[in-house]
Amino acid sequence: MLDALFSGLQLVATLDLQLWQIVALSLAVSLSAVALASMLGLPLGAAIAVGRFPGRQAVIVVLNALMGLPPVVVGLVIYLLLSRAGPLGAFGLLFTPKAMVIAQTVLVLPIVAALARQSVEDAWREYEEQLRSLGVEGARAALTVLWDIRFSLLTAVLAGLGRASAEVGAVMIVGGNIDGVTRVMTTTIALETSKGDLPLALGLGMVLIAIVLALNAGAHLIKEAAQRRYG
Amino acid sequence: MSAILPLRLEDVSFAAGGRMIIERATLSLEPGPSTIILGANGAGKSVLMRLMHGLLAPSSGRVAWSGDGARRRQAMVFQRPVMLRRSALANVTYALAAAGVRAAERERLGHEALDEVGLGHIAQRPARVLSGGEQQRLALARAWALHPEVLFLDEPTASLDPGATREIETIIKAFDAAGTKIVMSTHSLGQARRLGDEVIYLHQGRVVERAPIDRFFPHPASPEAAAFVKGELPWA
Amino acid sequence: MGMTSKVLLAMLVCASAQAQTSYITVASTTSTEQSGLFKHLLPAYEKKTGVQVRVVALGTGQALDMGRRGDADVVFVHAKPLEEKFVAEGYGVKRFEVMYNDFVLVGPKSDPAKVGGTKDIVAALQKIKAAQAPFASRGDKSGTHFAELQLWKMAGIDIAKDKGPWYRDTGSGMGPTLNTAAGMNAYALTDRGTWLSFKNRGDLVISVEGDQRLFNQYGVILVNPAKYPHVKKELGQAFIDWIVSAEGQAAIAAYKIGGEQLFFPNAK
Repeated sequence: MLDALFSGLQLVATLDLQLWQIVALSLAVSLSAVALASMLGLPLGAAIAVGRFPGRQAVIVVLNALMGLPPVVVGLVIYLLLSRAGPLGAFGLLFTPKAMVIAQTVLVLPIVAALARQSVEDAWREYEEQLRSLGVEGARAALTVLWDIRFSLLTAVLAGLGRASAEVGAVMIVGGNIDGVTRVMTTTIALETSKGDLPLALGLGMVLIAIVLALNAGAHLIKEAAQRRYG
Repeated sequence: MSAILPLRLEDVSFAAGGRMIIERATLSLEPGPSTIILGANGAGKSVLMRLMHGLLAPSSGRVAWSGDGARRRQAMVFQRPVMLRRSALANVTYALAAAGVRAAERERLGHEALDEVGLGHIAQRPARVLSGGEQQRLALARAWALHPEVLFLDEPTASLDPGATREIETIIKAFDAAGTKIVMSTHSLGQARRLGDEVIYLHQGRVVERAPIDRFFPHPASPEAAAFVKGELPWA
Repeated sequence: MGMTSKVLLAMLVCASAQAQTSYITVASTTSTEQSGLFKHLLPAYEKKTGVQVRVVALGTGQALDMGRRGDADVVFVHAKPLEEKFVAEGYGVKRFEVMYNDFVLVGPKSDPAKVGGTKDIVAALQKIKAAQAPFASRGDKSGTHFAELQLWKMAGIDIAKDKGPWYRDTGSGMGPTLNTAAGMNAYALTDRGTWLSFKNRGDLVISVEGDQRLFNQYGVILVNPAKYPHVKKELGQAFIDWIVSAEGQAAIAAYKIGGEQLFFPNAK
């Protein structure tokens, strides 16, 4: 274990260019996916929270269940869609970072939407009457609440980020783990493990955890500062 | 002259969870006198106000305003003010925007409303860090900016200390002086006497008595109201 | 918001840069990639031609399937009968022989089946079955797996029928299979390249090597542009031409691990 930590720290210390390329790509892919998933998922969650329509309970149950989508399955489905032999093959997206972003967006979207729905629904109880009294309803009300609880939504976004940066199944299949092109931290760890280079794999794993921890800490500080400022 | 009053409730009932909360209320709210809705806890005051304001739909019966655009011409202040995570001014301009006021006007009208309630000096402060009394004043500023014809207030000072209560009552009197019809629920007899012109007494969901303030207080006509007045603390 | 836009900008720059690089997609095998051959071979080619060679490493069967779906421009694998079938079915243009490496049988130092030091792989497999010594198989449609099955057949054993609990089908790549073999003290068939770079050996050593039947031939094929018009046929063919040329073949021979040559060029 100790030499694993040492390996990892050595890589970081020597500013190994390849490692930083891999880290940068991992962040680019996961952060892009989370950004996209949030742009789509936050309003979607808010709409479900505030809306009243037949089958609403079923939609909530399905959305919650989709949080547990297996990454390999998502990877496989996106692969079949993006393959040249598949319906979207003409775009030539397979084995590119774009495909990885697409797959991770699909994985993260239900998480962000489901958690946002819960947060908005809880807050809605507080806001609903006042907003309706002011004549604000529907989409406008949902967006007002969404924006008002923006700092607690950070938790939903972080959950999505956690999922994206941790998964290997989807990015492996749709990215192909191509050296220098679609190789990210998790697929590198998988590769090094399968090559039997366990200390290196562990070292990389620790770098990955450290990065995710740093992102979470940053978000937490933002939340705390905002809480103090806005109440 | 009011465009939307009188408000007529015709045989309005409201049931929820198998219980009848408001039973066959028939009354008419006229422009002019400040109306106090009085009753014990659980009598249905809050539900009645929400039926009038349109936040709840009656299970049977009709709630009918007299003119068009009633939606925009009323406002409501709740027992606990609900403020957005923005500045005090932004909360008022938000309401103005929702009411369709042009962007260029909103800030000016917002500042006017804040000055009216004595909050002009904290226009930029985040609304949620204000004290309870300040937030309730902000809620009134928000309503003031809309220049409503009817202002509903659901136990607006129940959570406030006497000092803050006084400030709120002063503002309510200002609304009245400006021509807004006040409809307020309270369980404080003192407050009812200070602010009201007439009383509607609600007992277990039924309108049991209605009288001008100086006829109601020395001697309520109905036994239920009489028991209530006797049982209430004399200094409330 | 500043951080996010910076990252997105960086990604956009990355993406557009990639869009401008010309590249070909080569479907190859995990054992070839893990041997380190591509890391040694490709930079020279990219420098010379400016064409990036993007290798997706899967099992042989999956690599050929990738070619069948048109998701690769070139396939570079090591299972001659499967490759010839690929061309015969019209998915590939022409098969070129490139190089060969060899397989070795690794096993526990304790050598329960007493096969250590022999040169006869077929006899060794028969002894392993007789002793019911643990054996880890890849079981994943790979070239290595295919070769293993051929060897069982040569030994007169119908492994699908005659296997017992001693035969462990891991359904995974060479590395994971070796991990399993090391963990279970089992025998396994592996390509020399993966073995030389494999670090988690446990108690495993080379038990059998040098048998002619352990030689593993590599072939390279251009995916048929008639079937998939988007295939980069000029760039793909240029790569193939290079790899069978004197220059490419020399580069292959030059690749060594610990002073040992792994791949032996034999293009005609």
